[in-house]
Parts: sequence; C-alpha cells; structure tokens
Amino acid sequence: MTENLQLNSDGKLKHFLTIEGLDKALLTEILDTAESFAGMSEQQVKKVPLLRGKTIVNLFFENSTRTRTTFELAAIRLSADVINMNIATSATSKGESLLDTIRNLEAMFVDMFVVRHATSGAAHFIAQHTAPHVSVINAGDGQHSHPTQAMLDMFTIRQIKKEFAPLRVAIIGDILHSRVARSQILALNTLGAAEIRVIAPKTLLPAHVETLGVNVFHNLTEGLKDIDVVIMLRLQKERMTSALLPSESEYFKCFGLTPSKLKIAKPDAIVMHPGPINRGVEIDTRVADGPQSVILQQVSNGIAVRMAVMSMAMQARGNG
Amino acid sequence: MNNTPLHISALLSTLEDSLIETISERKLSNPLMIGIRTGGVWIAEHLHQRLNFEEPLGLLDISFYRDDFSQIGVHPNVKPSQLPTTIEGRDIILVDDVFYTGRTIRAALNEIFDYGRPNQVVLAVLIERDGRQIPLKPDCYGARISLQANQRIKLTGPEPLSIYIQSMNEAA
Repeated sequence: MTENLQLNSDGKLKHFLTIEGLDKALLTEILDTAESFAGMSEQQVKKVPLLRGKTIVNLFFENSTRTRTTFELAAIRLSADVINMNIATSATSKGESLLDTIRNLEAMFVDMFVVRHATSGAAHFIAQHTAPHVSVINAGDGQHSHPTQAMLDMFTIRQIKKEFAPLRVAIIGDILHSRVARSQILALNTLGAAEIRVIAPKTLLPAHVETLGVNVFHNLTEGLKDIDVVIMLRLQKERMTSALLPSESEYFKCFGLTPSKLKIAKPDAIVMHPGPINRGVEIDTRVADGPQSVILQQVSNGIAVRMAVMSMAMQARGNG
Repeated sequence: MNNTPLHISALLSTLEDSLIETISERKLSNPLMIGIRTGGVWIAEHLHQRLNFEEPLGLLDISFYRDDFSQIGVHPNVKPSQLPTTIEGRDIILVDDVFYTGRTIRAALNEIFDYGRPNQVVLAVLIERDGRQIPLKPDCYGARISLQANQRIKLTGPEPLSIYIQSMNEAA
C-alpha cells in the first residue's frame, strides 16, 4: 500500500513518506538529482526558478531546527513560496483535527506539505487524504521514518566513499526510538551496503531487530572492528528517566564514541550524526569536531537532498 | 532513418566570419564567450580557439531554468554552470548549436541575468532552423535551414564534431 501511495502511475516519486517500497534505482535517482543541486551551493546565485509559483507549507507539529531550516532553504532555493506553520500557536492547539487543518490549507491552494509529527504514520495519513495534486514529504513521523535524513546520510556516504557495496556501517545508540536508524537501515540495505551493524544496550534495541537485516552488537569495541562508516544517534535525555539506562556517564563509558574507540574502526572511517549532538553523552567533543567527522557536511547536504526530493515530487504530481 | 551529413568546418567558418563582423558592428569590447551545454559548448570551444580568446569559456547549464520542467522534470547529474566572477557590464557572446524554438535562449538569458546585468548579449548559433516560438533570433549563424516535420538536426561530439540532418521514416 505504501509503495503505491508514494509513486504515481509512471513509477515516479509523488510523495516521500518512507524508504520502504522504493527500489535502488529510485534511491539512486534521488542521490543523482541531489548531486546536481549540491553544485549550486558554490554558485554566486544559489537559487533556480524550478518551483516558482508553487506554495509549500512546512507543517511541524514537533520541534526541529536543522530539518525545518534546511527544508525551508531548499524550498527557497527552488524559488517556491514557503509558509512555516507554527503548530503550537495554530488552530490545532484550539482543538482542530489534523484533517481539518489539512483541508483548510488545501483550500488555500497549497502544492506541498512537509510534515513532522510525533505520531508514526502521520505523513502517510495526510498523503492518503489530501487532494490529488498535493505532494507530501515526511520530515519525521514518530518512531517510524525520517526518509530525507536517511537520504542525506546516504548522499554524504556516497560523496566520500563513492560506492556502497564494500561498506561496513555501524549505527550506534538508541535504535529503539530512532526513526532515523530505521530509515538508514532500509536505505543501506536497498543500496547494497556489505554489512550493517547496530550497536546498543539491549534496552535500546527493538525486539527482533536482526530481521531488519542487521548484525547486533552490545559491545562498542567489538562492533567497531573493520567499520567504514560510524553513525552515532542522539541519546534522548528523556530515556534516562524511563529506567532504560542507569546514567549518562555510564552510557558514555560503554557506548560513547571517544578518539580511542574510534581507532578500532578503519583508519579512514567517517563519523556521522543526524544532530542535535549531546557532547559527552554519545560522542566525545574531540570526535565530533575531529578530522573524521562529517557532521556539518551532512547538514549542508540536507539542502541538496531536500531540493531533489521536492523537485521530483512536484514533477510527478498530476500524473497520479 | 536517414542521415544527411552537413559540413561542420564550412559551417564553423561561416559562423566565425559572421561573428567577427558582428563583434565589430556592435563594438563588443573584451567579449566573454559562454557556451550552452552540451552542444553549444562544443561549438563555443571551436570559436573560442579560432578567435584566440584568452579568457576561459563560460559554461551554462540551463536545466534548472527550463520552462518545460513540469512536463519533463529535472534530469539527474546536471553540472553546475561555470561563469566568471562578474557578468555585470560585460559584452557577452552566447553560443548554441541549433536555434529552434528560442526557449533554450530564453532560459539561458534568464540565468545570465540572475548573475548580473550584462552590457550586450550577442547570440551565435551554428544552425538556425525554422520553428521559432518566441520573439528571439540569433545575431550570427553558420546556416539557416528549413526542415520537414520528420526531420531534425543532430550534433555529435565533442571529437570528432559532426552534424547531420536526421530524417525519420514516415511509417515509424
């Protein structure tokens, strides 16, 4: 169902809700298109008229700095008009239902919704109910999916490592609550990475995680051996209170990425993090700011990848 | 399918002569040559060499400025345009392979003007064919050609650069 909803009758990307159901060719097309836009950032004029006259609404029901800003910049650089809906002060907080909010915005002739919501499946729900000419991009839904983050991570990996086939990738930290990790695992498997490892304490791993096509490690030192790409996840502070972990310092001791731990991985391994980073909780400052860190490159690439997804979706609509 | 080759070197020579004349008529000073990807760049490289221009050739990729985006979309692997640091006040020679509807030139001018306000722009094309759809025309050309509905001009390159008229079979 999901795959049909995301693609139009010509197999083009109309909504971008999840990596699930998208094949290697389509993911590669997103990366190649993003490559075109990445060159633009070095131009004097960082703007093209592709989506001129289109209206995009950033619908963020959950806080975000990086994602919302880069979606907004991506839309602006494509010459679209962007509205940022501050949901905390909007009608939703007065009791309006999600569907009513969408219907009202549609009545204002919106072309695209970029949605972040704390509930898994929210973007999917909107895509199912929205008018046929409207595209929906998922900017993170609950613990389900964050496809543009995964694609900007894939873009960054490809930029540096060129190919996925020989790569061993380790994803470290709170896999259980991470929509980013889920999307990354799907994308890495689709793009054909040699091995994906998840490294986390048992309490921060979903049940049957190995069915996602990953190898499971509970020990950072063992898990980092022969690794090309290290992806750190943010440890959400609220998890401490829910008794999943003893303490921050205990966590850092076992799973924090320090310069000496990083030495276990391959010498040319890169370190990634979707942000926001908790220095001294999951990652040592010396690693976060070190020569192997590509964390800020990920942020820059976020703009190009979001431009790619937005322009592809705007082109595919109408052939629903 | 039937291909009728055209004489590329004769076309380039005619275009070169016509361009030299235009440069003097329009009093272009220190002109900057810009080729439109992909075919226009190939033609521009030849003209650039023939005219001994010192300043490197500018390269323009108009993919993001096309007016048919909603029909055909963005092609992956668009290369960024490479223009010199300033367009402001410059005399520009814009080069393309075939002038047909005029839409490519519209897109190219829009992109150039996003970078600054040139003093003059002169358009040089290897072939001007019929089918103009907007009020733009080349200033210099290697040849003017009228084509049948089943014919089109094909350029292959960059080395060897060759050009021919392709005629599709009516039945196809």
